[in-house]
Amino acid sequence: MRDVDEPVGAAPEPEPRYKLTPVESAFDQQQLEVSIGPQHPSTHGVFRMDVTLDGEVVTKLKPVMGYLHRNHEQIAERTTYLGTMPFTDRLDYFGSLANNWGYALTVEKLAGITVPERAEYLRVIMCELTRVVNHTCVAGFLLQDLGAWMTPLVWALREREKVLDVFESVTGARMMCNYFRFGGVRVDMTDDDLAVVQKIIDEYPAFLDEFEALMTKNEILQQRCQGVGVLSKELAISAGISGPMARASGVPYDVRKVDKYGIYDRFDFKVPLGEKGDVFDRYYMRVLEVAESLKILRQALKDMPKGPIQDPKTKIRNFRPAKGEAYGRIESPKGELGFYIVSQGDKSPYRYHVRAPSFVNLTILEDMCLGHKLADAIVILGAVDIVLGEVDR
Amino acid sequence: MAVDEGLKRELARTGVVTTTFEAIYNWGRRSSIWPLQFGLACCAIEMMATGGARFDLARFGAEVFRGSPRQADLMIVAGTVTKKMAPQVVRLWNQMPEPKYCIAMGACAIAGGPFKEGYNVLKGIDRFIPVDVHIPGCPPRPEALLHAIITLQEKIDHQHFTRLSHPIAREIDERPAEYPIPRLGKHDLEPPANPVVWQPPEPVRSLPIVGQGALAPAKEGKA
Ligand code: SF4
Repeated sequence: MRDVDEPVGAAPEPEPRYKLTPVESAFDQQQLEVSIGPQHPSTHGVFRMDVTLDGEVVTKLKPVMGYLHRNHEQIAERTTYLGTMPFTDRLDYFGSLANNWGYALTVEKLAGITVPERAEYLRVIMCELTRVVNHTCVAGFLLQDLGAWMTPLVWALREREKVLDVFESVTGARMMCNYFRFGGVRVDMTDDDLAVVQKIIDEYPAFLDEFEALMTKNEILQQRCQGVGVLSKELAISAGISGPMARASGVPYDVRKVDKYGIYDRFDFKVPLGEKGDVFDRYYMRVLEVAESLKILRQALKDMPKGPIQDPKTKIRNFRPAKGEAYGRIESPKGELGFYIVSQGDKSPYRYHVRAPSFVNLTILEDMCLGHKLADAIVILGAVDIVLGEVDR
Repeated sequence: MAVDEGLKRELARTGVVTTTFEAIYNWGRRSSIWPLQFGLACCAIEMMATGGARFDLARFGAEVFRGSPRQADLMIVAGTVTKKMAPQVVRLWNQMPEPKYCIAMGACAIAGGPFKEGYNVLKGIDRFIPVDVHIPGCPPRPEALLHAIITLQEKIDHQHFTRLSHPIAREIDERPAEYPIPRLGKHDLEPPANPVVWQPPEPVRSLPIVGQGALAPAKEGKA
């Protein structure tokens, strides 16, 4: 049937992306619709998937979002520039310091603020520590989705606690650090803190080896993950996927290398790339990136100069940047995190938008899940690494 | 009727332990509170950290996170409850078997927290379901969650469940079997609160009388 006002020469129906299995009996035709979430142990928060199943095979998947829509952007347009900083912590609550940096970077771009040397190093240290924690925990969560109930996760959380101790002693908070300021950071790290960071870096490779010996080489993990949820390079590029997910598909794109924001041009580190773009590559990408982050941390600790941590010319309170707009982006643990701010010279931005990496990475969930079993869909979702605070904002 | 303390000690010396059915029953319940595995937002990460190695929720018998509300005793509302999510939370609460308890974890679950201004954020889950323990903080530290669990255990200790000893846990007995599930209306949840569990605070109409009580302006300091 056609709509009345549809032009006669309309394009034919596109081919269905998933072909159903040949029908043998009336029973085989039955399609089952299952709603997974918003309360489900494996949806990483309050995400919902409307899945249509043919037997156990996913034929259609509709993500339903908005269960954690907390009006971040609207609130930011009503509060001061500085007042938004603590809210950015709550976007991606696994990597709050990375969000801080993205926002601070954008405002600095908008107002033309320079950042002192030592503050840049502190930023790198904090952000890379966040990446280490995030990737370790994601691996833990992924394994939990695979059925390794609790053990890998608790293991990852144990390592996380050590890093959180540093965050706490420096910023005063475990998770919601609110550490960055326009033109610098809030407090300096003492030598004791730096010694603790050094200790963490020294001990981390041993943990990684242990983790890998048990997990990466595990036969069950390999069989469940290899060849599942393959994302082609072309689709990854055209859908705007970024972060470890894009790199697992072989897209050489890392904002740290592309933009060289901050002082990332000074460090010697590699960007690991995957070959197949399946779940296993995405998992292993994170393990490799942790090793690279440790490399950056080691260099940063070695070269860190003494000096001020805050640009003295920047007025923190009653901060009003001139008219203009800016888009700043960083490589957050999840991918390219962008902030877009339009200023009218007021104390709050006229328009404020967040380009959330996990939201964009989630858009191709259906393409990756089609034709796989339902249990694999859960694993594919786990490997995307979403945080709902950022997806729904 | 409780056994005389002296007699109890006397008996204990000969190897006889006296206790009440209720004490044993409550001891069992308090030591195996199974929470619902239900994370809403950032606070859920701290909830998981509490289950982790350092804080070890298992010391209090509450580490068995259940995925199904039918098997859970405790709902930890950990995170921001949005208006889209609130009906789901109430529905989950209705599905849990009695006796059940609720901990509102974090500023968001208590009162909307930092996002209170948002048009889509519920200003506290206690508008729809009865909350036993509130934990302030954004996010509350794991120790705070442990404290809340201990507080809840104390509450369970003081509940009477046998009809032999008088007041039966009246609070639980008189509870409705189901709480009404709000609907996401055009502008707000309908109804915006359940009047049985929550009433808006009385507006303060008269100004405090100057010179009386703690609200009197501090004059001594200035003089
Ligand atoms: S109270 Fe704070 S940490 Fe907890 S959910 Fe709300 S914003 Fe997140």
